[in-house]
Amino acid sequence: MNGADAIIKCLEEEGVEVVFGYPGVAICPFYNSIVDSTVKSVLIRTEQNAAHAASGLARTTGKVGVCAVTSGPGATNLITGVATAFADSIPLVCITGQVNSELIGSDVFQEADITGAVESFVKYSYLVKDVNDIPRVFKEAFHIANTGRKGPVLIDVPIDVQNATISKFKYPEEVSLRTYKPTVKGNTVQIKKVVKELERAKKPIICAGGGVLLSDAEKELRAFAEKYSIPVVSTMMGIGVMPTEHPMYFGMVGNNGKAYANKAMNESDLLIMVGARVADRAVSQPDLITENKILVHIDVDPAEIGKNVGASIPLVGDAKHIFEEIAAQDINCDHDAWVELLNEYKEKMAPKRNPNPDFVDPAAFITRLSRKMQDDAIYVADVGQNQIWSCGYHIVKAGKFLTSGGMGTMGYSIPAAMGAKYANMDKQVIAVCGDGSFQMSMMEFATMKQHGIPVKVIVLKNNYLGMVRQYQHFTYKDNYSVVDLTGSPDLEKIAQAYDMHFIRLHTMEQCDAAIDELLAKDECVLMECIIDPMDLV
Amino acid sequence: MKRIYSVLVENRSGVLCKVAGLFSRRCFNIDSLAVGETDDESISCMTIVSSGDERTIEQIEKQLNKKLDVIKVKTFDENRSISRELMLMKVKYNKNNRRDILETCNIMKADIVDMSKSFMIIQLCDVPAKVKMFINMMQSVSVVEVARTGTLALQECLESEK
Repeated sequence: MNGADAIIKCLEEEGVEVVFGYPGVAICPFYNSIVDSTVKSVLIRTEQNAAHAASGLARTTGKVGVCAVTSGPGATNLITGVATAFADSIPLVCITGQVNSELIGSDVFQEADITGAVESFVKYSYLVKDVNDIPRVFKEAFHIANTGRKGPVLIDVPIDVQNATISKFKYPEEVSLRTYKPTVKGNTVQIKKVVKELERAKKPIICAGGGVLLSDAEKELRAFAEKYSIPVVSTMMGIGVMPTEHPMYFGMVGNNGKAYANKAMNESDLLIMVGARVADRAVSQPDLITENKILVHIDVDPAEIGKNVGASIPLVGDAKHIFEEIAAQDINCDHDAWVELLNEYKEKMAPKRNPNPDFVDPAAFITRLSRKMQDDAIYVADVGQNQIWSCGYHIVKAGKFLTSGGMGTMGYSIPAAMGAKYANMDKQVIAVCGDGSFQMSMMEFATMKQHGIPVKVIVLKNNYLGMVRQYQHFTYKDNYSVVDLTGSPDLEKIAQAYDMHFIRLHTMEQCDAAIDELLAKDECVLMECIIDPMDLV
Repeated sequence: MKRIYSVLVENRSGVLCKVAGLFSRRCFNIDSLAVGETDDESISCMTIVSSGDERTIEQIEKQLNKKLDVIKVKTFDENRSISRELMLMKVKYNKNNRRDILETCNIMKADIVDMSKSFMIIQLCDVPAKVKMFINMMQSVSVVEVARTGTLALQECLESEK
């Protein structure tokens, strides 16, 4: 057994079903061994998308997503995908081939110091120098990636280590890391304080972030909110913690969120922030949200508490455990008047749009689409205006909503949807992007066709980089600079070239029929919606 | 506010880079940094002197703790610690200033550890403020080069310590 066989054996031990990747000389021993294993491989069309696809898989299964690419440019191309996963705390194990270990440092062909380059975008990284370390390194990597605050781990394996004979393969049953013991259970004293504040509060609110989804705590959150009538708002990464139309859910906060959600958060007297970083897009002035209110900040990463905002009650631990622990206490509270007030706000402050009837209204379209989608469908939004419309108008029922929140990486939706669909063949998976983000990832249609991954892709086409155009409209008085997408291909021909079904929607009149056609069959479909180029989010 | 961090890390290649990288990535200052093995050869101790407001100082400690190669972070105030710095200084001397130099060394408890006909190397081990003072006092002499270790520190012994 050589190092490459050992790596594959480790992946089998971890129950990995698929590796997204792109081969090259330095990772060839790995791709040679994968052929005879139970682990499948998907040939992605550019390395960045391997990480995004693995991210889509991880976010819809709770498992670690795995990708494998070659040294040098393969590894450096992967970086944006790794950084995207890091910003959203998505568990990945990224395997990179490396040049012969004796040649490291001599700038040979396709050599890049990838562990050095990704240092600030990974939770941890390894450069494997001894083939006998492989079982331990992989065991640790999977453990690190998917516990505590989750995140990507990169393993760089020189080609000679992949080819070296391993003396004895034994996959460790446990990890022993003296430096890594994440706090999962909440501190009892702090929990008592939270309970006390809950009993005192007249206007409590929970602001849930992506951490709630990562800790698989949606059920616990919902049970808690329902039991004590505590309203819930979410950050962008937290969309999906509650069904959009749940009576206790009051929308997404932030500068692109719902006005009534922000008002609810601002007027609360007890804000329970859970699994959220309090970053600039969710809370533009962190210092102000602590005025006139008690802030409870729950996060599994102690460094997040106090980073952007000082908490009155810091509470380190895993959201699932903490909700269970709080719910186990007897709490006396009644917030019906507060919930009623928020419902009033919700009604009065609902966003009003004035859509141009000559085009598809993206907001109305997205709502109608989500009504027709299956309850457990997976919706992947890209980055740009399409993302903000998706956040605002997609109705989550029992499915998942994925997007690149922290990094805002354009081109995320198609590969992430592909990874999600691969792992959820029984579910509808829909990627919604703009024509800018579409052109960053459209090469993956080949991957979908090759591997039979029927993702439905919707392009909201306005011939502009809409989000930047909107920014230039407001900030630079319509001085549009480098945002015109003239020269874009005819999407019908693109669909033809990839032998995909194509639908074009010009106005809202044919909307329902077009959506029915899109959802009718479980096949790759490309749908183009012509939207008003001057529309604003 | 000055703060001393005594950071126990895994004695592996690349760890110094990761810790130093953390400081630059998050715009934290490093006033000085000294690294050496501890009594356990698998563990190194980094003594880092940094400064910043209260929130920064807390973040530094939390971010250091987050690094998987960091075993333990101890942090203490400069004046609740025993700190030392080692300095080596090469100076060019002549018969006119030789006596002055020796006198200053004598007062400051610095040693002459090497000498030739016109050069000497002075060694001083003291608290960082004294080292700085000594360097200032030698400004009038022709200093060829100076090497400093940066601050090494341990928390002072407390009666309550277990």
